[in-house]
Amino acid sequence: MTETASVPVNVITVSNLIKQFGRFAALRGITAEFSGGKLYAILGDNGAGKTTLLRTLAGLNQPSSGEVTILGARKFHDICRQVGYMAHPSLLYDEMSGMENLEYFARLYGITDGTRCAEVIRAVILSVGLDPDLVRPVGQYSQGMRQRMSLARALLNDPAILLLDEPFSNVDSRSAAEMVGLLARCREQGKAIFVVTHQGSLLENTADEFVWMEYGKIVARTRDLKRPENAEDPSR
Amino acid sequence: MSAPTGITRATLFKDLRLEWRSKDAINSMLFFSLLVVVVFSFSFDPTAEESRQIAGGLIWVAFLFAAVVALNQTWAREIRNQVLDAYRVSPAPANSLFIAKTLGNFIFVAVLEALMTPLFIVFYRLRALGPVWQLILVAALGTWALVVNGTFFAAMSLRTRSREIMLPLLLFPISIPALLAMVQSTTAILNGEGAHFWIVLLVTYDLVFTTACLLLFETVLNAE
Repeated sequence: MTETASVPVNVITVSNLIKQFGRFAALRGITAEFSGGKLYAILGDNGAGKTTLLRTLAGLNQPSSGEVTILGARKFHDICRQVGYMAHPSLLYDEMSGMENLEYFARLYGITDGTRCAEVIRAVILSVGLDPDLVRPVGQYSQGMRQRMSLARALLNDPAILLLDEPFSNVDSRSAAEMVGLLARCREQGKAIFVVTHQGSLLENTADEFVWMEYGKIVARTRDLKRPENAEDPSR
Repeated sequence: MSAPTGITRATLFKDLRLEWRSKDAINSMLFFSLLVVVVFSFSFDPTAEESRQIAGGLIWVAFLFAAVVALNQTWAREIRNQVLDAYRVSPAPANSLFIAKTLGNFIFVAVLEALMTPLFIVFYRLRALGPVWQLILVAALGTWALVVNGTFFAAMSLRTRSREIMLPLLLFPISIPALLAMVQSTTAILNGEGAHFWIVLLVTYDLVFTTACLLLFETVLNAE
């Protein structure tokens, strides 16, 4: 983990970030700083802008205005090897097995050495509690298995920053607890982890900060799951 | 092997593997082409001489429409489960994806042509009076012209609501010069006439549009 050891204090700096889709403003002037080695739970109602924020951090949405600096770089492409992204859909090919999927994505990250590649993939699949020798195509996995394989794909390149969108949706409570344990271990390695979720209680004892979003703004950042009463009302 | 070449190869093999397992594109293409061959053959029942005059147009129209099926499928796989986003967040170059997709589509359409050509020969009693190697050259250049633009425009229409309608609307008008060259050169070769001008036109078309697509694809891939 040499890459994560040299992570600067503020791994992500967001400055007056605005994202508009036509006339609709999904993000309305977000300014925030996030550190390495921490797990952030991003909470809020549907339409609060959580996924848009995550996609913008992942370079999939371009800001309408404002700035995003990740690991000191303003262009996402310069640091994309340092970021792991897990979306609500699986980002996996249904017709291929988990191993085949990850072999393909490993190549995209330049992990091409046959033996090393196989070792990395097996390790990452085992880390999410799945069997690397499972030949069944991903399309025949249960939703929980698919979510875990999707997390394995995000961890494949040993990223310094993990962006996870609803990783626990449709996952049974035992598997979700295992995933939380894995995220805690990743945080101990110095990774900055951002989890967009509606199941904040799963991260109650693990998250370092709860980031509350409403109407495209961060309205509060708390140490515990209780949203403060005096949080800024962004609708005003 | 350089990294972009390796990614192109990995993406191409992945697409071939997915098609081998699903057979989505090749089955639809074969069925459609077969229908065109049989229906036109029974409708017109042409003599060998008439066949040489119309076969160029008939063959390429059949392949053009069949190719659209493959072109739509090629990106549909990437949209399912939003797998394309996984590619976009990776350090892999956009053009590696484009080249792999274009090569994959070229292989699918080439396989279709290889399977359908004997049927065309039988049903239309075709016998080329010109050199056969020129026909093979025109087939390769014409297929590349269809798939390079088709792959590009299919990616462009990816995020539109009715992308299966959008693709032909974008692709067919821009393919007219290539289609004209393909039909004219095929007819000329079948009738034992010179096709040099049309082959040069096809080569030029392929070079211009391949370059333009490579230059523009990254913008198309990252469009929101």
